[in-house]
Amino acid sequence: MRSMVYRGPYKVRVEEKDIPQIEHPNDAIVQVKLGAICGSDLHLYHGMMPDTRVGMTFGHEFVGVVHEVGSSVQNLEVGDRVMVPFNIYCGSCYFCSRGLYSNCHNVNPNATAVGGIYGYSHTCGGYDGGQAEFVRVPFADVGPTKIPDWMDEEDAVLLTDALPTGYFGAQLGDIAEGDTVVVFGAGPVGLFAAKSAWLMGAGRVIVIDHLEYRLEKARSFAHAETYNFVEYDDIVVHLKKATDYLGADVVIDAVGAEADGNFLQHVTSSKLKLQGGSPIALNWAIDSVRKGGTVSVVGAYGPLFSAVKFGDAMNKGLTLRMNQCPVKRQWPRLFEHIRNGHLKPSDIVTHRIPLEHIAEGYHIFSAKLDDCIKPLIVATSA
Amino acid sequence: MAEIPTPYTSGTPALKETAEELRARIPGWGVDLDPADRPSYPREQPGIETGARWDFPERQPEKWPRERSVEHAFVTPVFGTSTPPKGISGALRKYAYRKYSEGRAAHWLVLIAADRVDAWESHLRSFATLRPDNPVTETGVLSEFSHHGASSRVGKKRADINHQWIDPILVGAPWALAGLGAVVALRTLRKHRPA
Repeated sequence: MRSMVYRGPYKVRVEEKDIPQIEHPNDAIVQVKLGAICGSDLHLYHGMMPDTRVGMTFGHEFVGVVHEVGSSVQNLEVGDRVMVPFNIYCGSCYFCSRGLYSNCHNVNPNATAVGGIYGYSHTCGGYDGGQAEFVRVPFADVGPTKIPDWMDEEDAVLLTDALPTGYFGAQLGDIAEGDTVVVFGAGPVGLFAAKSAWLMGAGRVIVIDHLEYRLEKARSFAHAETYNFVEYDDIVVHLKKATDYLGADVVIDAVGAEADGNFLQHVTSSKLKLQGGSPIALNWAIDSVRKGGTVSVVGAYGPLFSAVKFGDAMNKGLTLRMNQCPVKRQWPRLFEHIRNGHLKPSDIVTHRIPLEHIAEGYHIFSAKLDDCIKPLIVATSA
Repeated sequence: MAEIPTPYTSGTPALKETAEELRARIPGWGVDLDPADRPSYPREQPGIETGARWDFPERQPEKWPRERSVEHAFVTPVFGTSTPPKGISGALRKYAYRKYSEGRAAHWLVLIAADRVDAWESHLRSFATLRPDNPVTETGVLSEFSHHGASSRVGKKRADINHQWIDPILVGAPWALAGLGAVVALRTLRKHRPA
């Protein structure tokens, strides 16, 4: 099969690999029809995530058709059109049985601090991902769901991570009616978080980024007020002034490990790998939320330490809430929102790239060329 | 006297728009206002239906000794089988897993070092194949010409312009250093060759 393969930092190519095999009775093999590159894939691509091995196939956002099922699989059949959450989880451990699917304890021998994620280094379990023609899907009776007939495949692929993560980020903010919500990052997750904040009754939604074309999308897609932090000497002071010196009730960090805005922080983390991530957006979130407010973190960070301003968080009495999104928990409600016309996830797709051209896709997304917001990957056989 | 900003008094800031105005302007405004409608409220939901029919999953066969965090009691019943550890990088990875817990910085720093060694080992290994690594095609850098590389940057207020120049150095410097090393080695060999 054709498969994206990591060749070291900033380098990927397409290679011929064996079709994955059933390795556990509850596995399925899925033929991928449509995948995506996630902003967090760029952390792997840039060599930031520890234990990212040359030869691994990335990709945790994908939909496809069931090609083969293991002997104990009951809920899926060959030929079913399925969407697969980015979380790999058993459904039965201490954490899964309480709904914390992203924190599953039975799928990742390499780490206890994080669950299993497709194509996301050995730190997240060592599973090959869906930027390929076929992918192994463990616990086929637990994670994947048949795509409803009425649902578009592009909407479905965005339901495997980006949309649920943004929606979850807004939930972590515990938004109350009339709250002022600031979202750092106008990438796919930030756009969905901003849009979701309105569903939860926000009175004002402000999005911060440095890419003008993404801020334009935040205005048109997410109905948000926007500020480009490059235009302000100090974005935190500007946000204080914009909120009558109070600060926002809720701030969502939808940027994560490669935040820009401070050369030293960015270079020591993204380039020199001396921090688990560049905490610029997180520090701005801590500083721009009001005392007693809530900071929600859905941007991804590596496991190494980062220079976070924890003292301010403590002195301000903040609530810090965060997690990888338990995707499948979000689906029933998100399906309703899509059917009712409140959300149209595929509106943020800007590029559709054939798998054979994935190296260009990574560069375009990483270098933010061509007004790229969300690149989808079309499998060779699709 | 100027009006006193919100946090200095007990009042709450005035809303910019009323609920009715927001409902009219934003599709779906407030449909999840009640926390009970939010799927991750409360965060933990004991007994949630997951589809699992087991208390502890059947164990997947281990095809090679699987490296694991020392914070785990055993190798988890299911795990990924991509790219088994190999070479010097593999030895470093196994050492990091065997020696240090996830709580130790050394665990992650050794794994990051192993990643760099792995890249080098793999580049060298590729030269012995019919498809050696090609930094031009594998970085996708040619898309700079086909996807508006210059106009995506020039005249834009982008904060990342001030560090993007580092990327070609990160990718190219090891290749340049390797080339330089090869030249020096050849010259040295030639110098010491008997006449």
